[in-house]
Amino acid sequence: MNATDIKNPEYFHKVVDCQWACPAHTPVPEYIRLIAAGRYDDAYMVNWESNVFPGILGRTCDRPCEPACRRERVEDEPVAICRLKRVAADNKTDSEIDQRLPKVPRRKNGKKIALIGAGPASLTVARDLMPLGYEIDMYDEQLEGGGMMLSQIPAFRLPIEVLRQEVNYILDMGVVTTFNHYVDSLKGMLEQDYDAVFVGTGAPRGKDLPKLPGRQEAEANIHIGIDWLANVAFEHTASIGKRVLVLGGGNTAMDCCRTARRLGGEDVRVVVRSPFADMKASPWEKEDAMHEDIPIYDNHVPKEFVLEDGRLQGVVFEKVEAVYDEDGGRELVPTGEDLVFMPCDDVLMAIGQENSFPWIERDVGLAFGKWDMPVVDEVTFQSTNPRVFFGGDSAFGPENIITAVAHGHQAAISIDLYCSGKDVSQRPPPQANLLTQKMGVHEWSYDNRVEGDERYLVPQADKKRTLKDRKLEVELGFDVETAFYEAQRCLNCDVQTVFDTPKCIECDACVDICPTDCISFTANGEEQDLRQRLSAPAGNLAQDLYVSDQLPTRRVMVKDENVCLHCGLCAERCPTAAWDMQKFLYGVTKAGA
Amino acid sequence: MSFINPTFRHPELPVNELGYTKKDYEGTISTLCAGCGHDSISGSIIRAVHELSIPPHQIAKLSGIGCSSKTPAYFLGNSHGFNAVHGRMPSVATGAAMANRDLIYLGVSGDGDTASIGMGQFTHAIRRNLNMVYIVMNNGCYGLTKGQDSATADEGSASKKGDPNPFSSIDLCATALNLGATFVSRSFSGDKEQLIPLIKAAISHRGFALVDVVSPCVTFNNNAASTKSYEFVREHAEATGTVDFVPMREEIKAHYEPGTSTEVTMHDGSVLHLRKLEEGFDPFDRASAMSAIARHREAGKVMTGLVYLDRTAPDLHEVLDTVHRPLNTLSESDLCPGNHVLENINASLR
Repeated sequence: MNATDIKNPEYFHKVVDCQWACPAHTPVPEYIRLIAAGRYDDAYMVNWESNVFPGILGRTCDRPCEPACRRERVEDEPVAICRLKRVAADNKTDSEIDQRLPKVPRRKNGKKIALIGAGPASLTVARDLMPLGYEIDMYDEQLEGGGMMLSQIPAFRLPIEVLRQEVNYILDMGVVTTFNHYVDSLKGMLEQDYDAVFVGTGAPRGKDLPKLPGRQEAEANIHIGIDWLANVAFEHTASIGKRVLVLGGGNTAMDCCRTARRLGGEDVRVVVRSPFADMKASPWEKEDAMHEDIPIYDNHVPKEFVLEDGRLQGVVFEKVEAVYDEDGGRELVPTGEDLVFMPCDDVLMAIGQENSFPWIERDVGLAFGKWDMPVVDEVTFQSTNPRVFFGGDSAFGPENIITAVAHGHQAAISIDLYCSGKDVSQRPPPQANLLTQKMGVHEWSYDNRVEGDERYLVPQADKKRTLKDRKLEVELGFDVETAFYEAQRCLNCDVQTVFDTPKCIECDACVDICPTDCISFTANGEEQDLRQRLSAPAGNLAQDLYVSDQLPTRRVMVKDENVCLHCGLCAERCPTAAWDMQKFLYGVTKAGA
Repeated sequence: MSFINPTFRHPELPVNELGYTKKDYEGTISTLCAGCGHDSISGSIIRAVHELSIPPHQIAKLSGIGCSSKTPAYFLGNSHGFNAVHGRMPSVATGAAMANRDLIYLGVSGDGDTASIGMGQFTHAIRRNLNMVYIVMNNGCYGLTKGQDSATADEGSASKKGDPNPFSSIDLCATALNLGATFVSRSFSGDKEQLIPLIKAAISHRGFALVDVVSPCVTFNNNAASTKSYEFVREHAEATGTVDFVPMREEIKAHYEPGTSTEVTMHDGSVLHLRKLEEGFDPFDRASAMSAIARHREAGKVMTGLVYLDRTAPDLHEVLDTVHRPLNTLSESDLCPGNHVLENINASLR
């Protein structure tokens, strides 16, 4: 193999698994260390710069970072990254944060942007462009900002005050909002004097099962999940029947069933077509639902809504089993068992969402492609009409908040480039900084001791109380002491092991000390061959090998990044400082930088 | 500075026949200088014992005084240990071996502990063919007292702040051969591929097994004028051959061309494959081994590999015809067999 090019910032970025997995590339270990140090304002701002909604995401994020966490590969459970983020938000000093928010210039730059939708994507665009002097008009059909975070995430998971605070950090920059207003024509927007239009309208349509027998007749008791959640949030709906069936296995289904429990549902069940393990809902959301006495019936496909005297009586299901083919494709095959009848008073359908653009005219130079989705560039988020940009769920279909934020940052860059008459495909390079952590002989400026603690549980409020009040937050968050111990579980993967070939005397000290056998000195070869010859098996192909230049004995140093604990022992035991521990700080460049 | 090793290990570490991973043979974190050759020898011992599937409690590690003699804290944390007086490790080992012949005795010593203060003890342990492994971590200096030349420092070699050594050195392998040692080998801490099979072979040998390991002192004796530096040894080491060790219970996987390999069956049934042996060199002939050492020294080379092996000489237990069980397993009836035995003895003397 060729020697690894550590000058390429993406090499070390990939070693920071959590940051690499995060769509917005938030520097996770950096803010976790700040939390451990009790510097909550600093930790909050590191987050805010990157993901815009630390308090909201600290409660609701899909956490792509956690399955990626290196800790899961050496222990059982990843660091509770998401809930640590919340600790920063819970313990920040509001007056201090107000001081640190970017200042918006009084003199504008003369460019005007329209944002359609007030969800996480649009808010992120506003956040990035307001400090640059843009004038921004934001339109949304709801009564206040937040988008799906407001209408679809129940208050017992995300208190309205937390949402409002972080939405207002952005709106208070001087965004001109037009709420309670449904934009029904893109053409109309384009005819106005906007320099660019950003569409962040989400995936607003809940899927239905229109062809299932009894669907039309039982309309009064069958509700589309996201619409029903919005009605609850805006207090149009205050109750539901005692027996509720929730169809679907995603996070919306989990929110529906738990909300139903709070609105009078006593026998609430989730019924899903797929096997339990394949459900789209996050594991912790399934756990929370089951903790509230909601059973999950998997492998049940709805066949018919049963009515009597014009009123819904229940649903008939067919039992299936999942059969997987070699390519990982799945087919749900009926088992041939008797059909199952489940009685109910109401049905909530949470079987997915789709995009819907009835308000976009097809003659405004904006091409639509597969699935009747607009054609959007995956890097620039520009549509085929160069003045129109997309982001969030409306760009490529339903994802999650953190993905919408990442889209928003990139769309803001594109809008800024476009409005400056520059080529939107010329993306700014990331910011990367590599700094030694050496403080003295065998002393580091990070806490390199690896703690053996197991993951701490986030305490919850008493179930008897939370089930009675749909606005009472279930999770209490870590207290600062528990947060410290949880933060200490972080392996500091951003503190990189950097190898300087000319200094190495090949004494093997690093090989001998490495607790996880990451380091080998061996003859070079092709990657596949090298992986077989290392100190310990290097079977995780997703993790890179760090290969040095050739050493005097004509061998190379090969380090398998997979289970490196970043404990710094290799550098401590190195007599010539050929190994050094260097903190790698990677940042996605934002608009205007 | 880290004082505690992290508890996590590579999740796919190989397990040996006892179900143990390498971790079960490790010790506490080393406090020797970073880059010390001794740590590599510790690492080799851990790997050798793990791969041989020896239960840790069947090993007694013994040492004297010096940097080398601190190392038993850094390997085999679940084994027995005895840190003896300076140079007196062989006496303690002799006593222990006499009392319990079932344990494997792993002596660890340095060049000072062996070739100076412990020279008398070292020679007599060899002379008696005590059944033990005797590893010398040989760095040619007294690292613990700021790096003065030791008795194994080569003539003309200079340590970091020192003058060229005016005295001739003691060659421990040559000394051992002279005294009738039955297993003599030399290796280099930086060559695990050679050192690990040699340690395994030494463990499976019945009798005194010397493993003299050149182990650079990074702090005081790893400079350009030293003959025990990493660079010098790498450039001047010359292996007499390659040693492959196949434990008794393992099938032989490698195939050797006829005539290219000499097979040696050890006392415990393990097999040594000696390959690429130097022309004219016979590791089963004491005179050939001695002349090979002299020849390499004259050429300015450091001879490594298996130097000499004699599997036929009786060890101390055989010579003394000692009881076949450890003393701690002997019961009162074994030790006091009764009046009739005494009467038989008395009668035989009349």
